[in-house]
Amino acid sequence: MKTLFTNAQLIDPETQSEHNGWLLVENGTILAKGREAAPQGADEQRDCQGFCLAPGIVDIGVKIGEPGERHKESYASAARAAAAGGVTTMAIRPDTSPAIDTPEALEFVKRRANEDSAVNVLPLAALTKGREGREMTEIGFLLDAGAVGFSDCDAVVTNTKVFQRALTYARSLGALVIGHPQEPILSQGAAVTSGKFATLRGLPAVSPMAERMGLDRDIALLEMTGARYHADQITTARALPALTRAKRNGLDITAGTSIHHLTLNELDVADYRSFFKLKPPLRSEDDRLATLEAVASGLIDTISSMHTPQDEESKRLPFEEAASGAVALETLLPAAMRLVHAGGLTLAQLFRALALNPAKRLGLPAGRLSKGAPADLVLFDPNKPFVLDRATLLSKSKNTPFDGQRLQGKVMATYVAGKKVFG
Amino acid sequence: MGFAHRHLLGIEQLSQSDITTLLDLADAYVALNRSANKHSEALAGLTQINMFFENSTRTQASFELAGKRLGADVMNMAMGASSIKKGETLVDTALSLNAMHPDLLVVRHPHSGAVDLLAQKVNCAVLNAGDGRHEHPTQALLDALTIRRAKGRLHRLSIAICGDIAHSRVARSNIMLLGKMENRVRLIGPPTLMPSQISEFGVEVFDDMREGLADVDVVMMLRLQKERMDGGFIPSEREYYHRFGLTAEKLAHAKPDAIVMHPGPMNRGVEIDGDIADDVTRSVIQEQVEMGVAVRMAAMDLLARAQRSRTAADESYA
Repeated sequence: MKTLFTNAQLIDPETQSEHNGWLLVENGTILAKGREAAPQGADEQRDCQGFCLAPGIVDIGVKIGEPGERHKESYASAARAAAAGGVTTMAIRPDTSPAIDTPEALEFVKRRANEDSAVNVLPLAALTKGREGREMTEIGFLLDAGAVGFSDCDAVVTNTKVFQRALTYARSLGALVIGHPQEPILSQGAAVTSGKFATLRGLPAVSPMAERMGLDRDIALLEMTGARYHADQITTARALPALTRAKRNGLDITAGTSIHHLTLNELDVADYRSFFKLKPPLRSEDDRLATLEAVASGLIDTISSMHTPQDEESKRLPFEEAASGAVALETLLPAAMRLVHAGGLTLAQLFRALALNPAKRLGLPAGRLSKGAPADLVLFDPNKPFVLDRATLLSKSKNTPFDGQRLQGKVMATYVAGKKVFG
Repeated sequence: MGFAHRHLLGIEQLSQSDITTLLDLADAYVALNRSANKHSEALAGLTQINMFFENSTRTQASFELAGKRLGADVMNMAMGASSIKKGETLVDTALSLNAMHPDLLVVRHPHSGAVDLLAQKVNCAVLNAGDGRHEHPTQALLDALTIRRAKGRLHRLSIAICGDIAHSRVARSNIMLLGKMENRVRLIGPPTLMPSQISEFGVEVFDDMREGLADVDVVMMLRLQKERMDGGFIPSEREYYHRFGLTAEKLAHAKPDAIVMHPGPMNRGVEIDGDIADDVTRSVIQEQVEMGVAVRMAAMDLLARAQRSRTAADESYA
């Protein structure tokens, strides 16, 4: 079975090119692509009408409420939201309750994902039991069971000795450890980033320096252990020089950031709007711009949705008490298109961060348009304007910071292994 | 008179003329409060509910007395003890309140922004009686009235606010109000008790009392909370008193007629020397308490009037 996509604006992050052309898919795998003279003999032809065809998004760090909080998000609802957002692979977070910290829990996740998800689901596992930072999990068994990375998510492993040993052990198995660079004591109880806005609103705040301190510690541990490490969210200018040095020194380190830290800043919290409460908190405009520049230059490797569903009850509270996080599977691409329309990123740079780099980091063949890659694709209209109504989101939770906002760029179809899962 | 606000949530939303309107009316209530018959019918028939999610004796008593003097039916709800402990959320509390048809709701809450949140959910006028470290507007207004009466004006004065600025909603509201009225505001305190980037609020920051107090017209002391005293933010109570406690020697750097204020309750011998607090030629601390009742009467009266004119407008439109 051969499918030919014609008249597509191909976004190829590997060659950093954008051009009109065709893409040939056979049995769920990309066979060829080209500019002119589309090959004959395909079983099926799809005219892309000049819209953008890019590798599907590989999203590291999606939270799904199973087990424990299925009312916030299930595999079925997350998968529908992902497909509608052009996300073809979700690497899901283990910060569920209970945490995904045993091979048995991982088996449950894989079974649920198989039953209910049309998009690829790859589980991350906790680095320490119960994400409590005391004892490492069965990293070997969990790898065998299919864990693609190990992370305690926003629970920083405070005990440096525990973290060092976990990194050393993970290193021997070649496992990827995903850290949350944050000085845990300094950031305790913080709801916003310190500065004029925090002072005006009288909210407990953390200095942006806490991120750099956390990253510095983790980098020192990487020098000791040689582990494979990915920083989940780098969001401040002050952390970037350390990252640059670590990469230059040849450490096996990559870094991500969240779509919200690239598109919003601390002032968006305005009158205590808890849908804008995130972890780490939104930063200053200077930090946002520095982070965006780092994505454009490739210093920051990946952009994630950091999809974190929260129900109304956990958000409709005084700001300090409200839960952190925002849903973003469906708004990831439209929000990111703001950066493209504003001239901050090219489409090829964007998909390097959304698809190619995260796939590479997880060791997947996806995230590219080259021969042999799975035909995980997103077809989107980069210019289509719309006003987001949170009630229309497919996620069970509607806690988006973009409600009522004008966005430009809409997914028209999503394919996983050549099969249409949305559109 | 254009006081068009629905709620009194903070000084941030008030204009210079709003503040003047409110203080002028409060002046009239000071006179009423000093007369033999201390009763008015301005809020007759209206229900005022005081909801304090944080313990308070003085502010709650002041609001209660203000409401009673104006003829409102006043009810106190001590929230610390009841529903919050049972897991009821603030929004649920607001919804059940609506069913009681209050006209004025006075709220204190330990979290910044909580009073704003409540105001979005109830259909009556809300007065912020202090939310977290955010605002305490009636305190700033009563301080302003005290200053205006003592100094004869509320502009072009040099005013020092001393102590724990970082955790103080009183300081934030005062910085905004005094700035709006075009005064020079100086903040004095240890750097560990200064909020970040406070200098961007149009104030001068000092960590030395003698420098900071030089030639000021008003010295406003803040209360140092007990839990901040040992080691966390300052080394000790006695070192704090030595460096930042208001003594006659430090006060001598201020103008000879400078007044001394304190929002209460005072820690004598921690932030202020007892003799200064009791010196009737300098201290206006007792007067602040008196002004508190008058300012709260004025605030509730204005909000009730605004509410009435909105209702009237709605009815004539209908």
